[in-house]
Amino acid sequence: MTENNELIRLSAAALAEKLAAREITAVEVTQAYLDRIAAVDGKVHAFLHVNADEALAVAAEVDAIRAAGGAAAEELHVLAGVPIAVKDLIVTIGQPTTAGSKILEGWHSPYDATVVERLRAAKMPILGKTNLDEFAMGSSTEHSAYGPTHNPWDLERIPGGSGGGSAAAVAAFEAPLALGTDTGGSIRQPGAVTGTVGVKPTYGGVSRYGAIAMASSLDQIGPVSRTVLDSALLHQVIGGHDPRDSTSLPDPLEDLVAAARTGNVKGMKIGIIKELHGEGYQAGVENRFNESLELLKGAGAEIVEVSCPNFKYALGAYYLIMPSEASSNLAKFDGVRYGLRVLPKDGPMTIERVMGATRAAGFGDEVKRRIILGTYALSAGYYDAYYGSAQKVRTLIQRDFDAAFEKADVLISPTAPTTAFKLGEKLNDPLAMYLNDVATIPANMAGVPGLSLPGGLADEDGLPVGIQLLAPARQDARLYRVGAVLESLLEAQWGGPLLDKAPSLTDSAVSSHGGSH
Amino acid sequence: MTDATLSFEEAMDKYDPVLGFEVHVELNTKTKMFSCAPNVFGDEPNTNVNEVDLGMPGVLPVVNKTAIESSIKIGLALNCKIAEKCRFARKNYFYPDTPKNFQTSQYDEPIAYDGYLDIELSDGTVFRVEIERAHMEEDAGKLTHMGGATGRIQGADYSLVDYNRSGVPLVEIVTKPIEGAGSRAPELAKAYVAAVREIVKNLGVSDAKMERGNVRCDANVSLRPHGRERFGIRSETKNVNSLRAVEHAVRYEIQRHAAVLDSGEPVIQETRHWHEDTRTTTSGRAKSDADDYRYFPEPDLVPITASREWVEELRATLPEPPAARRKRLQADWGYSDLEFRDVVNAGVMDEIEETIAAGATATVARKWWMGEIVGRAKNADVDPGQLGVAPATIVELNKMVEDGKINNKMASEVLDGVLAGEGTPAEIVEKRGLAVVSDDAPLLEAIDAALAAQPDVADKIRGGKVQAIGAIVGGVMKATRGQADAGRVRELILQRLGVEG
Amino acid sequence: MAAINRDDVAHLAQLAHIEMSAEELDRMAGELAVIVDSVKSVSEAAGDDVPATSHPIPLTNVFREDVVGHTFTAEQSLSGAPDAYEGRFKVPAILDEV
Repeated sequence: MTENNELIRLSAAALAEKLAAREITAVEVTQAYLDRIAAVDGKVHAFLHVNADEALAVAAEVDAIRAAGGAAAEELHVLAGVPIAVKDLIVTIGQPTTAGSKILEGWHSPYDATVVERLRAAKMPILGKTNLDEFAMGSSTEHSAYGPTHNPWDLERIPGGSGGGSAAAVAAFEAPLALGTDTGGSIRQPGAVTGTVGVKPTYGGVSRYGAIAMASSLDQIGPVSRTVLDSALLHQVIGGHDPRDSTSLPDPLEDLVAAARTGNVKGMKIGIIKELHGEGYQAGVENRFNESLELLKGAGAEIVEVSCPNFKYALGAYYLIMPSEASSNLAKFDGVRYGLRVLPKDGPMTIERVMGATRAAGFGDEVKRRIILGTYALSAGYYDAYYGSAQKVRTLIQRDFDAAFEKADVLISPTAPTTAFKLGEKLNDPLAMYLNDVATIPANMAGVPGLSLPGGLADEDGLPVGIQLLAPARQDARLYRVGAVLESLLEAQWGGPLLDKAPSLTDSAVSSHGGSH
Repeated sequence: MTDATLSFEEAMDKYDPVLGFEVHVELNTKTKMFSCAPNVFGDEPNTNVNEVDLGMPGVLPVVNKTAIESSIKIGLALNCKIAEKCRFARKNYFYPDTPKNFQTSQYDEPIAYDGYLDIELSDGTVFRVEIERAHMEEDAGKLTHMGGATGRIQGADYSLVDYNRSGVPLVEIVTKPIEGAGSRAPELAKAYVAAVREIVKNLGVSDAKMERGNVRCDANVSLRPHGRERFGIRSETKNVNSLRAVEHAVRYEIQRHAAVLDSGEPVIQETRHWHEDTRTTTSGRAKSDADDYRYFPEPDLVPITASREWVEELRATLPEPPAARRKRLQADWGYSDLEFRDVVNAGVMDEIEETIAAGATATVARKWWMGEIVGRAKNADVDPGQLGVAPATIVELNKMVEDGKINNKMASEVLDGVLAGEGTPAEIVEKRGLAVVSDDAPLLEAIDAALAAQPDVADKIRGGKVQAIGAIVGGVMKATRGQADAGRVRELILQRLGVEG
Repeated sequence: MAAINRDDVAHLAQLAHIEMSAEELDRMAGELAVIVDSVKSVSEAAGDDVPATSHPIPLTNVFREDVVGHTFTAEQSLSGAPDAYEGRFKVPAILDEV
């Protein structure tokens, strides 16, 4: 068990090296993670489905290829045999895909998402599907129809959302890597509150084909990991053009791994966004943020201040565009072709009423709220004032970013205004919940890439704080370049990865911390 | 319940009709509008689909380039402007034949707009129909209603859905209001739809078979008192899916509207359904989502820009427009206006062109198609082109007649044989023993016998009463069972009797 | 901009095909009123001269060649269907009338 514990704490990059050197086998690694899942997921609930047999079979195949040597072994992807968890919003053949919703309970996709095809091509064992807010609508994972995920730092707290399952899985050493999706911060905000790394690529940088759509013009799939380099490695697997996604960028993928390995900020201009810190941000978050600025300055970066005055409209515009698109994207869940069908309790048995009963029973409150809000924003007489205006705000936000990137190479802010809050604390206050995404939403609105990395622990509660880096569209490499530098400076200060400070979860002294579960 | 109607003449006396058409054209691309599944008619249900056509979770559309090019070609053929930039939108409504519960369709940014079509009526009058726009959209799946009477939606216990047609590319052609047609409105309606059908067929962008739903027409009709400018309230008659039905439906709706207006009631703005069996319309049921489709730009697709170079490239590939082609063919063939119009109205212009290409003269081709084939097609209740007469068959038959091997009467009989599947003309002539008797010896024998049998007639002819020759010719033809060439028989009789013809 | 009331929510729920109880309509109306109020500033943020952005990264003319690709068998198509009959999806009656 000790040996396995060492295995699961290795970074994906380190695992890849040891696998290539045949110091360890992919089956050992995969089994170690499956054992860890068995040991702690009862408390964390990061997984909705564990895919042990297939994962072990893929691992065994990688081991066999390596053992045989020759060209096939040479051609193996660098991450071959490194396991990964997949957010349950992304469709997979051979495993259920639920989107965290009752309406898709037990549904098996007959096709693979493009990113899943790419994981399979790289021969990365898929450990299973991770929990999320229903249809990725939420910031806490409490809106999952299958129960919330718990933050490994404190099991009574939220792991962020919507991708709380992927972030918690990585933070709890249940997976070295995971896939997330980010519509308004669903990769970055969970990264921030769990002390992990998460990247939202440039819109169009990773194919959306097979990611169950919430808001088509905002959604992006991205990597979730424990280190900046690991995210770059995974980004490189999943990124690049896909002809099945019309919004996929035709550009060739940059060498993100090289950017992460050769991080250097000397002479770079790093812009603090005036509107994204200060008032409304927890003191401990501000402190860690300022500390990061000092470290970057010490490493030779020039810190400048930029203003993005229209960001104040971003949250409002987001809560018009996102539900509008979602109301249409979720119309297909009607009990005709797949998923749940519920018959009305009484009255005439027409398809219209069956659809109404199915959607009433199959969707949770937050999903219904957003569908109704989106239906409202698109309906006759309101379109121009709501959806139309929100799209204009999008233009203003893009202009703010353009101006800011005239002055700075990358922008920096806290990822979330607070550390992880208690489960249930904001569940009945949708607006308070929505405010969690205030710093992450502008990137989705403008399509620019963003990365969140751990910035330390807040003084007042000892919980992780996230630092967000933003770069111009198509300049994802800059995030890895700056992120890797900041990560190494911080880890030098901490004396190791931040997650070394997280509770072990198998230690009985810690389980009392989250004892009420 | 049957609606009251006025006679068409009375309706026309009192009111002025305004028409409008929405014609849906199914494109004959190899694949769907947004997916790579095949665009094929009539296969096993739910097999010409993949995850995109079934609206599965996570799928995304990608636009078929050929469908865009076909749409631009249609726009150009309708004399439209082609939008430099246009988009798709989502039309949101729930219906089980619509797998995403929204239809991906162009809305306020059609690919083609502001065109016109000059429609020639049967008497040669040309009527200009203005085209408002031609936009792209996708077809829905097919619902079959079960358990009720006669497969109707009313009273059905349940319905079955086949999504094979889901995502088939459509171009919807919308006219501006058509004013001034007066009593020619029903005829214009038919001629307009026929012209659109002819154009898309000629472009090769659609199979254009109305019976298969490749071309579908919704007809809008409203009436206003003569002299009033403001339009009346219109009805929209759906599923008018044959040329004849278009004419009848417009005529019926004019008569029905007139009766409603006469009774002092307002016309209800509604969808009407056409019933071919009773040749009437009934009120359609309003959809619950009525008029709030919550259109917004399709976020999963990017805009289409049609550069002027691309448009001109496509324009260069357009075939000759049907009207210009007709003018050229009439001049080439030397038909009179009346002859040509008859050919067009009989629907055999293409067939005559093919027959001439196969080697017949224009006169011969017309004689055969108009004289022999159109009548047979009418009896068989099919289009003349569908009867199964190959141009080569006509050329072969005509050559036999010209060579004197058979006469016209026999040729007609041989044609029947060909249509009955008995073989080639040569084979049928052989099998049925239908050769014209051209060797004079057996003819002379028959003539001598006939003259001997009617000596008094022979005397009359000798005496100069040549018109009496018919009785002898008739005798010879009877003896030869009609296989003799009557002209030659006549010559030989006169020779025999030493009389100048 | 008009406030959102219970009748509005009932109409929207009908458009969205989500059956809602009276109590649910009341609760939703209250929650939506707060949300709508908080987003209304958006309509005053941008002037008429600001163009709308529907895609964050502008692309045009993304097309697919007209080449036939994969299809499902009827069995695959219907694999997740709540109800099916003879190769087709089965749905209850569309109209509530005889």
